[in-house]
Amino acid sequence: MARDGRPLQLFRNLNAKIAAIPMIFTAVVIFAGGTIWTVVYSFTDSKLLPRLRWVGLDQYDRLWNTSRWIISIENLMIYGVFSLVFSLVIGFVLAALLDQKIRFENTFRTIFLYPFALSFIVTGLVWQWILNPDFGVQSVIRDLGWESFTFDPLYTADIVIYGILIAGLWQGTGLIMCLMLAGLRGIDEDVWKAARVDGIPIWKTYLFIIIPMMRPVFITTLVLIASGIVRVYDLVVAQTSGGPGIASEVPAKYVYDKMFLGQNLAQGFAGSTMMLLTVLIVLIPWAYLEFGGKRRV
Amino acid sequence: MSNPGSLNIAAASLDAVKDRIDGGPRGPRPRKRISRRNIFIYGTLLVVAIYYLVPLYVMLVTSLKGMPEIRLGNIFSPPVEITFQPWVKAWAEACTGLNCDGLSRGFWNSVRITIPSVVLSIAVASVNGYALANWRFRGADVFFTILIFGAFIPYQVMLYPIVIILREMGLYGSLWGLVLVHTIFGMPILTLLFRNYFTSLPEELFKAARVDGAGFWSIYFRIMLPMSLPIFVVAMILQVTGIWNDFLFGVIYTKPDTYPMTVQLNNIVNSVQGVKEYNVNMAATLLTGVVPLVIYFISGKLFVRGIAAGAVKG
Amino acid sequence: MESVSIRDVSLSFGAVHVLEKLNLDVREGEFLVLLGPSGCGKSTLLNCIAGLLDVSDGQIFIKDRNVTWEQPKDRGIGMVFQSYALYPQMTVEGNLSFGLKNQRLPGDDIRARIDRASKILQIEPLLNRKPAQLSGGQRQRVAIGRALVRDVDVFLFDEPLSNLDAKLRSELRVEIKRLHQKLDNTMIYVTHDQIEALTLADRIAVMKGGVIQQLDEPLTIYNRPRNLFVAGFIGSPAMNFLAGAVVKSGHGHAFRAGGHEIALDGYEPDTAIVEAPDALLGVRPEHVEINREAGANGAVSFPATVDLEEPMGADSLVWISLGDQTLSARVESSRRFRRGDTVHVCFNIPMASLFDAKSEIRM
Repeated sequence: MARDGRPLQLFRNLNAKIAAIPMIFTAVVIFAGGTIWTVVYSFTDSKLLPRLRWVGLDQYDRLWNTSRWIISIENLMIYGVFSLVFSLVIGFVLAALLDQKIRFENTFRTIFLYPFALSFIVTGLVWQWILNPDFGVQSVIRDLGWESFTFDPLYTADIVIYGILIAGLWQGTGLIMCLMLAGLRGIDEDVWKAARVDGIPIWKTYLFIIIPMMRPVFITTLVLIASGIVRVYDLVVAQTSGGPGIASEVPAKYVYDKMFLGQNLAQGFAGSTMMLLTVLIVLIPWAYLEFGGKRRV
Repeated sequence: MSNPGSLNIAAASLDAVKDRIDGGPRGPRPRKRISRRNIFIYGTLLVVAIYYLVPLYVMLVTSLKGMPEIRLGNIFSPPVEITFQPWVKAWAEACTGLNCDGLSRGFWNSVRITIPSVVLSIAVASVNGYALANWRFRGADVFFTILIFGAFIPYQVMLYPIVIILREMGLYGSLWGLVLVHTIFGMPILTLLFRNYFTSLPEELFKAARVDGAGFWSIYFRIMLPMSLPIFVVAMILQVTGIWNDFLFGVIYTKPDTYPMTVQLNNIVNSVQGVKEYNVNMAATLLTGVVPLVIYFISGKLFVRGIAAGAVKG
Repeated sequence: MESVSIRDVSLSFGAVHVLEKLNLDVREGEFLVLLGPSGCGKSTLLNCIAGLLDVSDGQIFIKDRNVTWEQPKDRGIGMVFQSYALYPQMTVEGNLSFGLKNQRLPGDDIRARIDRASKILQIEPLLNRKPAQLSGGQRQRVAIGRALVRDVDVFLFDEPLSNLDAKLRSELRVEIKRLHQKLDNTMIYVTHDQIEALTLADRIAVMKGGVIQQLDEPLTIYNRPRNLFVAGFIGSPAMNFLAGAVVKSGHGHAFRAGGHEIALDGYEPDTAIVEAPDALLGVRPEHVEINREAGANGAVSFPATVDLEEPMGADSLVWISLGDQTLSARVESSRRFRRGDTVHVCFNIPMASLFDAKSEIRM
């Protein structure tokens, strides 16, 4: 094939390849390389510095025998399930309400979305203040005369994670609403006309026609929320610092503390590998569904 | 693409999502002004809107009260006596560790981190997206797929290897190290954004420029850039808010002297020493939130476009 | 001397073969049209000639120079695109000068070339406008101008008129033909519109499946299509195909369909008429004659029934049933027919084409 001065493949399109060097570096060295490095070192007994002394699955053993990690995982599950369900439901309902040819749609949308512009630190600190038992909601309602009213999630170990959930939902549902709204607007208006001509009640139209048609949007939001949940860190740090005690610990915080404060690197690596595993469990079926048969454009 | 000569082209080919949002409601039309249905809809929306607005309101009123008033009153009541003292203290006097020069230090650190990070990440990602869209070369898709997958991988598995790399480069703990980290982690989403945008531009324009003898950089700067201002604005909004709000990378890759605002804010508010000054805390919190909030309210629909484009794959 | 030569060019994307060992010689100063349905590879071939796509195999020569691996800008070509592809942020003048500036030509030269091109295309008053302020026809004129100022040997047109409405299209068609007569450049023109092809071309290359089916002058293509595909693709309303068999009859051959035997006297064969059990007789509607009475012009005729009449203005298309087959005939619109009328059909055999049903090649 290489005849009559066919140029070398390597130098064809050279500028584009040069331009892609940062991407190639990031993809290969940081994303792929870094991930593999961490997984490999999770099988060692690295403490303050990484070293290759193999200990097999010891780190994982220790991990799953640490109550702090168990609590972290439990918290993540509770937070995950509730934030998934509530984000989707609230996000969809708000989007459906905004899609009713209402006035002030822009105003409402702006209000619902603004918390998304704020950082988790800000979010956590505001809700720490609002949920403060001595000054916040609990005290205000007690002052109104209901002396026995108790709503103190941030200092009650059993329900502290729900306090974080409230803040998390406040910050994130606006985004879900926006995506849902985009999904609703992407549905052909003729579908609504057809449903109306057929005399199908509105709630039935939503439930049996619109929602199934919005499957791709739901899947995308699902993946988005899920990958966000695993990363929950700043919010907990700001709102409770993991307290009371270790009641609101999450895996990301466990990993950070082990790696950068506890001088127990390999524990941190094992924890982060578990986080990776969790994400893969969500990601792989999705990637398969999304890109499985057909190549993406 | 029936009319690619038009100037609107750049705006018109922004991702479909915002077009849909701007496309007007599709739901069934309400019949009467005041019906039970309308009361339900507006009632619900109003209640939810109040829930969303309360924290902002509480932040504001708390930051304008003096401590005695906070101890006596309730957090929802407006300030009796407005004082800006907490704001002054939060900005210039609040203590983190040994430093008592307030959040201003963190603010300027954040500015010094955000500006180069935004510029660098957008420059790298836009050129990369352009190469992927118009100058496809063998193997590019493999790297791109890894890159996109990387966007979903928990950062935690890459944190320590990056520490090692930065240390080797002598950048660990410096602002530039953090800038590099932001550029790296901004790459997947921005590259996707730019790649999809440049793909949506008519290919014939690119071909015409090649016939006209323009090369890789010439086409990028002379043809593509002038048509892509909206997407650059979207990317900028996305990056400024994202980087300003970052906490994890800031706390790991910088030192106390160079902590960004979010990290410093958390240290001020959650420090265990001293008497809790809630008004100062709220002023500090609000100060930290002001930059992204201003961007949000000014950019309005572009912000929605940015996050929607970032979330739904273009 | 060949202006553009394509030697054994193949192009495949993975397992999809878009071009298959394609050969084509374009003469100096020729107007060659690449015609075919969408997906036939005609635009791909043009992009290969322009250097916008790398070929998988084979070579491309322009003016006897091997340009297979040269950049588009170095091939001595100018190109006009379907969507005009004007740079939206530049004025018309900026669009025209962009390529010249990339060549680092001196300013006077650029000025002179733009003057000449804008005079030829009558776009002088538009030079300071942006593309968005131009009509579709004006935009395409500027796009042609952009190729013109490059002062190249070969012009490539990629469906340049497809985005225009019918009236503008016919206007610009004439203009492109005039431009060709004036400049005498080689022009390669891709279209799926057969009217454009027939009116503009010195020669037409009909393509399908990455292969050139026939390369000939327009009237040859129209009257003596080399195979069934070309016969069916060219001509509107489309050619009639009667299914039947070629049999011996007397000292010649005849076409037998549905009990009728049509003598093939006067047929102009490509190769030779041979007996074939499965054959198709292709007759264009204007070569199907229908009369109220049998033997009106002394020719042998066959009885048929009128199904439908489609008036088209100057003439009408009459659909008739001959046995179990349906045919259309083109008649003057003053002659009226009604459903159920019995008519007598005869065929203009010298203008007909006979195809073997299996090989689909014209006999």
